[in-house]
Amino acid sequence: MIHFQNVTKRYGEFTAIDNLTIDIYEREFYALLGPSGCGKTTLMRMLAGFETPTEGTIHLAGQDIAPVPPNKRAVNMMFQSYALFPHLSVWENIAFGLKREKMPKHDIDDRVDEMLRLTRLEKFARRKPHQISGGQRQRVALARSLAKHPKLLLLDEPLGALDKKLRQETQFELMDIQEKTGTTFVIVTHDQEEAMTVASRVAVMDHGKIIQVATPDRIYETPNSVYVADFIGDVNLIEGTAKPNGSDVYAMSWHEGHEPLAVQSPNGFSDGQKCHLAIRPEKVSISADKPEAADNAVQGRILDIAYLGNISTYHVELPTGAVIKAQAANTRRIARRAFTWEDTVWLSWTATAGVLLAD
Amino acid sequence: MNRMSWFNAVSLTLGFAFLYIPMVILVIFSFNESKLVTVWAGFSTKWYGELLQNEAFLNAAWVTLKVAVFSSTLATVLGTIAAYVLVRGGRFMGRTLFSGMIYAPLVMPEVITGLSLLLLFIGIGLDRGVFTIVLAHTTFAMCYVSVVVSSRLVTFDRSLEEAALDLGCSASEAFRLVTLPIIAPAVISGWLLAFTLSLDDLVIASFTSGPSATTLPIKIFSAVRLGVSPEINALSTIMIAIVTVGVITASLVTKHQVAKQKREEMEAVRT
Repeated sequence: MIHFQNVTKRYGEFTAIDNLTIDIYEREFYALLGPSGCGKTTLMRMLAGFETPTEGTIHLAGQDIAPVPPNKRAVNMMFQSYALFPHLSVWENIAFGLKREKMPKHDIDDRVDEMLRLTRLEKFARRKPHQISGGQRQRVALARSLAKHPKLLLLDEPLGALDKKLRQETQFELMDIQEKTGTTFVIVTHDQEEAMTVASRVAVMDHGKIIQVATPDRIYETPNSVYVADFIGDVNLIEGTAKPNGSDVYAMSWHEGHEPLAVQSPNGFSDGQKCHLAIRPEKVSISADKPEAADNAVQGRILDIAYLGNISTYHVELPTGAVIKAQAANTRRIARRAFTWEDTVWLSWTATAGVLLAD
Repeated sequence: MNRMSWFNAVSLTLGFAFLYIPMVILVIFSFNESKLVTVWAGFSTKWYGELLQNEAFLNAAWVTLKVAVFSSTLATVLGTIAAYVLVRGGRFMGRTLFSGMIYAPLVMPEVITGLSLLLLFIGIGLDRGVFTIVLAHTTFAMCYVSVVVSSRLVTFDRSLEEAALDLGCSASEAFRLVTLPIIAPAVISGWLLAFTLSLDDLVIASFTSGPSATTLPIKIFSAVRLGVSPEINALSTIMIAIVTVGVITASLVTKHQVAKQKREEMEAVRT
């Protein structure tokens, strides 16, 4: 539905978007995720029409949108600050876009009521924006931007101003509303948890480039680069050199005097190529004795324990000086925990637990 | 509350005495029976009556009012547009120069502004009268308006305008339906400022007025040169009263609005 073809945006010397080509499909919930300054907001503002690409074209439903001004695009945006009109009531805010379309009065009433119901704001229709709470304002902004039946809804850090609990609730509301309305949503966020929760596909950006586009689980389980692995969630990175050992299986030597690690990887590596093993802490097991059946096992000393209630994260120092994080669910009460600081433990994981990434 | 120390009490009394004794004397003598300004001869309101009979003063008052309304309205329109372009227009060529130039008349001596306008009007052969005073007052008042309005625009959330565009407004609709209503308080206070500046301007008006049109400040000034009359005192007292009522009303309205907004925000938090 949306197609970016070799889009570049420069501000003077600074390149905000660098030769980018992506597709966004109909009815998709697409998240642009990246640190601040990675170009995700610029990308969104180009879709809304507030910025024009320096090079390249953007097609929306097969039409080049470069010459179309913002007020003629079937695209609506929900602003980070919500941008509610302070002099208008909630009802008038939602009706604002409809009135510009010269819609009959009767239809406007129906549509606004429908939006108020969808966002559960019926009681607040007559209030002014300063008379409602932050969460309600957020819903007004959403209702206003959905009222015109946009083909595409852009959400710029929509939940940034809400506290954590309200944010989690609202994430599910957003997904619900997206499903009900069938609108294509593009959300910009720097919060990876938020992106993983709401989106059907996540695009990880850095320095104006798309690094990886995939479903949340693929982004997490099989990141395509050290950057993505590191940006999404917690990860252990072990550097070494690859040595093919059968089809898709590698022996990674990582430190002299230690047995090479067995890794299964679909990415091809040549003999002696430098690589990183990325492995998530929850996929590393911790035990007092050396496990018999494990593909990989290394010994270390507990440096630190972070107790998070439901889980604990153990920071284990290997003889090489590297620190590996391992997570374990706290299935027993803390007083009966098997390990404590300075204990010598074994860390183990299977050959398929991690991914092998090029330098 | 603590009792005020004697030092503070004395300072306060002296300060306010310094500010208000001249005006109090003026008000008292406006009710003086005697024609001599400095001799008290009993209470009377006869000078107010005579004032209302005085064609010349009434005419001047009418001219002043007309000039003030027209010039402040014109200055508000021009000043608001100028402020909008300077704050929103992006970095066009010479923007710094323009924004500097719009503030220059604020510090320019009024005598020079008046003189240059006089030369211009003579140069293009414009007969001096109400029209030229309006033009002159518009010229210097629009700078004040533009300062007031642009300080509001600087803090104005730009995404409100973008939201209006996004929802289908053209640029002019966005200005009319969103920007203008929100900056209205600043525009109104700009208008009031321009209005008061025009009301009490003497210097520029005396350069640009003609025999056909005299404003009240000019009239008072020229009358006083022939000697202070109780009529002038009465006129000044009326002006003081109008200003006082205006200021008190404005502050009460503001106070009421602030209180209302606070109350509503508290309610929003509770529900």
